[in-house]
Amino acid sequence: MSPAHAWKEAGKLTLPVMFGYLPLGAAYGILAVEVGVPWWAAVLMSLIIYAGAGQFLAVALLAAGAGLVELAVATLMLNSRHLFYGLSLLKRFQGAGWRKPYMIFALTDETYSLITTLPNVHGNDHLLAFRISLLNQIWWVLGSILGVLAGTTLTFNSQGIEFALTALFIVLTLEQARRLRRWLPFAIALLTGLVGIWLVPDRHLLLSAIGAASLILLFHYSLDRHRETRT
Amino acid sequence: MSTSALLIFIIVCALATFATRVTPFVALARHADHPLILHLGRYLPPTVMMILVIYALRDFRPLLDGHLNAGANGWPMIIASLIVALLHLWRRNALLSIIGGTGGYMAMVQLGWVV
Repeated sequence: MSPAHAWKEAGKLTLPVMFGYLPLGAAYGILAVEVGVPWWAAVLMSLIIYAGAGQFLAVALLAAGAGLVELAVATLMLNSRHLFYGLSLLKRFQGAGWRKPYMIFALTDETYSLITTLPNVHGNDHLLAFRISLLNQIWWVLGSILGVLAGTTLTFNSQGIEFALTALFIVLTLEQARRLRRWLPFAIALLTGLVGIWLVPDRHLLLSAIGAASLILLFHYSLDRHRETRT
Repeated sequence: MSTSALLIFIIVCALATFATRVTPFVALARHADHPLILHLGRYLPPTVMMILVIYALRDFRPLLDGHLNAGANGWPMIIASLIVALLHLWRRNALLSIIGGTGGYMAMVQLGWVV
């Protein structure tokens, strides 16, 4: 297969992601400019951070004047799901050579889904995964640039577009619920989230709620283990 | 915010994001099957997502001066959330759900569709 043809094939596979990343990237770009992030910084974030929800969160924390420790912890927590993507790709990425660091860097939800649903083909497997990873980031960066341009030049009333973030989290929660079919994590989230709103100052809310939820999950794990060893 | 402070902010965020992606490849390869890892891997992501929804809706104020609040932190955010959830349960198309809910929210906030 000629390189041009191979890129075209990979491009076809990334079409659904393109339809998602262009508008979502644009929403991110518009939001970033809206809260006062310079255009170059918004595009730089899409180039070197490259995380959908993570970048929305970063822009929100930037606007709220959050500190670096809070930013780092919130980002680690929000993206902790990536840890488990990596675990399942350890074997898959073996032997990918110089492309491997980039493929790890570019491991978003959508790229992970595409790569893991690909039929296991020998030979150009790593090359195809690499092309998909790169094309997806190109869609995301293009979307961001479109959003930044729309945000700075068009007289488009974007008041309320930040709701896209809330909508994204609702969709992800529903997807998680559909996959897991357990009420426990959602009960823990309700408890820690609502108690957090009640007791904790706004800028520490996310961190405290997620930290408390992790502790409860650890406790739940040890209870489970305890029960197993007794029976 | 100065340019250098902004750059540091972006670099910290980039490093934290990359850390979550690269860690299993450098450190956890031998512990992939530890039950605690599996437990957190199963339950932490949905918990975090739900907390993010609560966090995003934390400013909801149902009443403003004794009237139903039709502003940005009033009923539009709840109605738009329901639009997102219902669209998603109906069609399961993430993009449609997000655009539908956000469009509805923008219309309500900008045009005052909620009385």
